Amino acid sequence: MGKFQLITKGLIKENPTFVLLLGMCPTLATTTSAINGMSMGLATMFVLVLSNMAISAIARFIPDKVRIPSYIVVIATFVTLLQFIMQAYTPAMYETLGLFIPLIVVNCIVLGRAEAFANKNGVVDSALDGLGIGLGFTCSLTVLGLVRELLGSGSVFGFKLIPGDGILCFVLAPGAFIALGYLLVLFKKLTTKK
Amino acid sequence: MEYLIIIISAIFVNNILLSQFLGICPFLGVSNKLSTAVGMSGAVCFVMTLATLVTYLLQNYVLDPFGIGFMQTISFILVIAALVQMVEIVLKKVSPSLYQALGIFLPLITTNCAVLGVALIVVTKEFTFGGDAHMLNLGESVVYAFATSLGFGLAMTLFAGLREQLALSDVPKAFKGIPIALVTAGILAMAFMGFSGLV
Repeated sequence: MGKFQLITKGLIKENPTFVLLLGMCPTLATTTSAINGMSMGLATMFVLVLSNMAISAIARFIPDKVRIPSYIVVIATFVTLLQFIMQAYTPAMYETLGLFIPLIVVNCIVLGRAEAFANKNGVVDSALDGLGIGLGFTCSLTVLGLVRELLGSGSVFGFKLIPGDGILCFVLAPGAFIALGYLLVLFKKLTTKK
Repeated sequence: MEYLIIIISAIFVNNILLSQFLGICPFLGVSNKLSTAVGMSGAVCFVMTLATLVTYLLQNYVLDPFGIGFMQTISFILVIAALVQMVEIVLKKVSPSLYQALGIFLPLITTNCAVLGVALIVVTKEFTFGGDAHMLNLGESVVYAFATSLGFGLAMTLFAGLREQLALSDVPKAFKGIPIALVTAGILAMAFMGFSGLV
C-alpha cells in the first residue's frame, strides 16, 4: 500500500465512523455543532498519531501477554498531554468537550489502530495511518456536526443561515441517533456500486 | 430523600446511554439478543459500582493529598483494568455460575467508556440534588454509580427487546442492521426525554 493510500483510506474505505462503526460515544455526544465535532476529531487525531508512533516504536520490546495494558498506558499518557495542551491554549473548547477528552483513552479507534496496525508496521507508516484514520474521523464528526447544527439551530459553523430556532431535537440526544442513522444510510448508498 | 433523587435522576432523567452517550459501543454491539444484553448489564452494574468506589477513594486519599491530579486519567484506567481482571479471577473461584453468565462480557468492560466516564463524573462534577451544588460524598457516589448502571441496564434491555422485534420486520435494505437500530435508539431517547423535569 502506498504512502498516499495510507492517508486516504480512512476517508472512505476504512472510515472509522461510517464503515467500522467505532468510537460511537464521542461521535454522538460531541457533535452538537460542526466546530465541536471538528475539535473532537482533531483531538482524537492528535492522540492517534502520537500513540501510533510510540507504539510502533516500542512494540518489539513489549511481551505479548501485557501488550493491551501497555498500549492503554501509552495512550493515557498522550491523552494527559493533550489535556494539558487544551487547558493551556483552548480552555473554552476543553470545557465544552469536557469528559470526552479524558475518555479518548477508551476510544476503541485508538486502541484498535494500535492493535491492528501500529504494532506490525514502521514508525512513519504508523504515523500516516494515524493521520489517515484521524482525518476520516474528523471529517465524519464534522459532517454529523454540520447536519445537526443546520437542522437544530439553523446555522453552519456558527453563522446563521436559516432564520428561526430550528428543530431543537437535533441538538439534543435523540437527534444525534437519528442523524447518524440517516447519514449511515446515505454513506452506504453513495459508496456501494450499483 | 436525597438518595432517591440521585437514583431517579441517574436512571431516568440523565440516562447514561440515551442522554449522556456513554457506553454506546456495547449498546449497539451486544444488544442483538435479550439474554446477552441482560448479561452485559449485570457485568457493568458490578464493575461500575466497584470501580467508582475504588477510584473515589483513590482520588480523595491519594491523588488530591499528594497534588498529583494530572495522573487521574492514567491511574483510573489502570485501576479499572486491574479491577476487571481481579473480579474475573474472584468470580471464577467464588461463583462459577455467575462467572459463566458474565464471563465473556467482563474483558469488554475495561474499554467501556461508561465505567471510566462515571468514575470521572463523580470526582469532577458538582451536583445539585435538592439544594446547593456540591461534590458527591462516598455514599452518594456509590449510589450514583449503582443507579447509573441500573439505567444502563434498563436502556439496554428495552433496546434489545426492540431489536429482537426489528430483526423480524421488513425494513428497507439500506437501513438493515445498525442504521435502523440508531433511528430506533433516537426514538427511545425521545421517549426518555419525557422524564426531564421530573427531578
